[in-house]
Amino acid sequence: MKTEKSKSDATGVLKRIAGPVVTAVGINAHMYDVVKVGKEELMGEVIKIQGENTIIQVYEDTAGIRPGEPVTNTGLSLAVELGPGLLTSIYDGIQRPLAVLVQKMGDFIERGVSAPGLDHSRKWEFKPLVKEGTAVSPGTILGEVQETNIVHRIMVPPNVKGGTVKSIKAGSFTVDEIVCTLDNGAQIAMMQKWPVRVPRPVAEKMNPTIPLITGQRILDGLFPIAKGGTAAIPGPFGSGKTVTQQQLAKWSDAEIVVYIGCGERGNEMTEVLTEFPDLEDPKTGKPLMERTVLIANTSNMPVAAREASVYTGITIAEYFRDMGYDVSLMADSTSRWAEAMREISSRLEEMPGEEGYPAYLAARLSEFYERAGRVKTLSGGMGSVSVIGAVSPPGGDFSEPVTQNTLRIVKVFWALDAKLSQRRHFPAINWLNSYSLYLDSLHDWYDKEVSPEWNTIRSWAMEILQKEAELQEIVQLVGSDALPESEQITIEVARMIREIFLQQNAYDAVDTFCDMKKQYDMMKAIRQYSDLAYAAQTAGVTPQQVLSVKSKNELPQIKFIKDYKPALDKIQAEMDEEFNALRSAA
Amino acid sequence: MKEYRTISQIAGPLVFVEKTEPVGYGELVNIVLFDGTIKRGQVLDTSDELVVVQVFETTAGIGKDSGIRFTGETIKMPVGRDMLGRILSGGGKPIDGGPEIVPEKRLDITGAAINPYARGSPNDFIQTGISTIDGTNTLVRGQKLPIFSGAGLPHNQIALQIARQSKVPGSKEAFAVVFAAMGITKEEANYFMQDFERTGALERAVVFLNLADDPAVERIITPKLALTTAEYLAFDLGMHVLVILTDMTNYCEALRQIGAAREEVPGRRGYPGYMYTDLAGIYERAGIVKGKKGSITQFPILTMPGDDITHPIPDLTGYITEGQIVVSRELHRKGIYPPINVLPSLSRLMNLGIGKGHTREDHKKVSDQMYAGYAEGNDLRGLVAIVGKDALSERDRMFLEFADIFENRFVRQGYAEDRTIEDTLNLGWDLLSTLPVEQLVRIDRDLINKYHPKFRQAGKAEG
Repeated sequence: MKTEKSKSDATGVLKRIAGPVVTAVGINAHMYDVVKVGKEELMGEVIKIQGENTIIQVYEDTAGIRPGEPVTNTGLSLAVELGPGLLTSIYDGIQRPLAVLVQKMGDFIERGVSAPGLDHSRKWEFKPLVKEGTAVSPGTILGEVQETNIVHRIMVPPNVKGGTVKSIKAGSFTVDEIVCTLDNGAQIAMMQKWPVRVPRPVAEKMNPTIPLITGQRILDGLFPIAKGGTAAIPGPFGSGKTVTQQQLAKWSDAEIVVYIGCGERGNEMTEVLTEFPDLEDPKTGKPLMERTVLIANTSNMPVAAREASVYTGITIAEYFRDMGYDVSLMADSTSRWAEAMREISSRLEEMPGEEGYPAYLAARLSEFYERAGRVKTLSGGMGSVSVIGAVSPPGGDFSEPVTQNTLRIVKVFWALDAKLSQRRHFPAINWLNSYSLYLDSLHDWYDKEVSPEWNTIRSWAMEILQKEAELQEIVQLVGSDALPESEQITIEVARMIREIFLQQNAYDAVDTFCDMKKQYDMMKAIRQYSDLAYAAQTAGVTPQQVLSVKSKNELPQIKFIKDYKPALDKIQAEMDEEFNALRSAA
Repeated sequence: MKEYRTISQIAGPLVFVEKTEPVGYGELVNIVLFDGTIKRGQVLDTSDELVVVQVFETTAGIGKDSGIRFTGETIKMPVGRDMLGRILSGGGKPIDGGPEIVPEKRLDITGAAINPYARGSPNDFIQTGISTIDGTNTLVRGQKLPIFSGAGLPHNQIALQIARQSKVPGSKEAFAVVFAAMGITKEEANYFMQDFERTGALERAVVFLNLADDPAVERIITPKLALTTAEYLAFDLGMHVLVILTDMTNYCEALRQIGAAREEVPGRRGYPGYMYTDLAGIYERAGIVKGKKGSITQFPILTMPGDDITHPIPDLTGYITEGQIVVSRELHRKGIYPPINVLPSLSRLMNLGIGKGHTREDHKKVSDQMYAGYAEGNDLRGLVAIVGKDALSERDRMFLEFADIFENRFVRQGYAEDRTIEDTLNLGWDLLSTLPVEQLVRIDRDLINKYHPKFRQAGKAEG
């Protein structure tokens, strides 16, 4: 805890203004202290101290600000307010609720308006879970609040010393009112503040062994991410990155979703903002928004707030993790975040690293991704933060610094491919370039929860796809008729895997989510065709006959049927019959 | 107003002034030459000792004896209802011989960001009458959809055709065009002006002209002036505004020029590191505001240097805009107008504006199926070049043919041909009917039964 600063140290004057970076003299600030800049008290953060000069990045537009205007140091780091009221909120990069900003300053983002992250007047029904005399320590769950359909657990803040509960009361309180006092004098309200650039403490980091089920076949089936894992989606523009991320936010089986729109398009943010409240959570039937926190800092909002938005988001995610929830965090896009760093770095006239990015780019990225993980919380429960970061490589060139530094850290790579999206193959994730390093640690889970056959059938599918890629090179040169018969079947089976299993329509009411059971059944049906086809070919049936089996043409329709099982059984039975007929004729 | 004569350095478009009173960042500056002419500039960097001013016009004639007046306010644009039908310079001064604009309001040209929470969802389908846009890359009100073109391609014709034909079917709302030219030739400007005059579009247009021989630095503010005007027309007067910005490549060149003059650390290919943020400040000024009547739809045009879509200008643009319309040299060489290549083209907001209640229920699936078919046929062309047509399977030959008829019947259309969305979709079905029904894997049976020409007729015969 910082002590109150003397008056003379806390106020100074502006010396220089150049865009979002300003220089002040006369304040004795610490790194990352929040300062109020100019007569309008714009919010800023100390990013460099150089002799007498304190260099500040300002979260709002600096037009019209003059040298000589006052600067006040708050002595506090940039922190977020954590407590009931976070869920369903929509914030800008520094946790100002956008709805409150509309009320305060109209449809456009003006400046000099501050708004607290939580509603301080609203009362919440607090239900204690511990009794007087109970020994508590940092992270202990003291009680709960029914926030939405999600229960918000009120914890002893990590920076408060443990003790025994002296008094705790049930009832209706605002987030500022004291609900619990400890024998050591600590007074605990439902709201706690936490500096965004400091990771929240945990008891222990665990290994990820449970997949984050997303309902997207190519992800769950072929390239799964674990709960508490990290993934990167790089994609040249127009390859469906945003749709993929939104699908993940909608369908992943995390209990809490934090979505950071970092330097992205306003209209797309609006799509998220209007769609989420209408979307139904497939598990509870309640609006999806009830378990979501959105952070929207569009590309034309101040660049320094964009830099902060990623930290704001992950701190909120960690807070819910500490309650014992599985949280998934989407950051779209980390490239815009990196660009914000670059822009500020260049205004600081720092020596640039690769492509003008600051030399600390790699360190910042790895610090951020390292805040993901499946953990044992301070209260002894289990929670996780899974981080899915989008990168937008300029010109689709994966060798650029942001993509490269990200790939060195993350364990899953979903390679979006513009070529596939041009062919309207969605999700346009390239199955040859993507990878997941969680396959081994998730092996047991798939064995137990899906089928002991699943891991084998997955490898089989990957092999066929790999084989197809090799065969396609030959086909490119000599045409498909020149292939041996068995390989013509391979090509056909690979086509079925691609068009039936991998392609998934995000806009179809049924196909948008596909559980593991259905994924397994679909893949098994394709496998059945494959096995029968090879057997028939060995028995002397011609490839033309094998390839023109009618029942397989019905398979793609299975995707769009909710209660698919009867239809699928019928197709599989017909397939058996057709092949029987072919074999007896041969 | 105090006048300073303390210029210490002039370099390129920048003037450095010493020992001033505190000057605000972004303030408008008047520079008075010895003969009394006044040039305008803006504060780029301000401190106790030194103020850096970026001059919008040429610095010719500015010397150490020139006077500097700081106006104490950021750049404002006078806007008014009578701007419609007027032609202004790239700096916002009337150049059509008419009177000065009578300002009803003076607006800051930087424009604040629309609060994402206050944005309305863009979902009104705009019919441009061009099949490759309406059918496969649908435009909606409030969208920003750039045209990526190359030198010598007919992007101006396409832009004009869009400006002329665009309408929301069934709506009769007030509609205006704001046209901002940056560094285009007089000839190109005339081409636009004549078309505007011929079609009567000028009456409801505001034109900003910064021509090739006008000062490059002036281009920096031209799009901002145009968009400030557009915001006034849209959100104060409730009009639906179509903004055409051409050519954004010239704008970015001007940005690079200033970056170089300030000796900034350059980013990719010498463009400044903040170009993304700067461009976002322009493109993001499209959209709809909840509870307000008007809208801003943007059509920025840019020529890709060397037809390279990975060049920083189209690349950064594509990351901000909601898709792109790509003009193809190959189709142009084949004599196809409009030479829009649908494969790399994209409209990200398409799904919001199509389907039941907007266009027609089959729109999405017909579009996807045509896309897939054309992509496959196009790939096969490469194969044919190596192995010849005979080596293809029957299925492959059908797709190869599909690609040809797609280009010749769907893409190709007249400069004045205005197709309705029904025409476009029916044409799509006609093309798809050349493929066997079982190849139409992206369309569900119900739609095939309802719209496929074969079943449509069969249905009619029965009924």
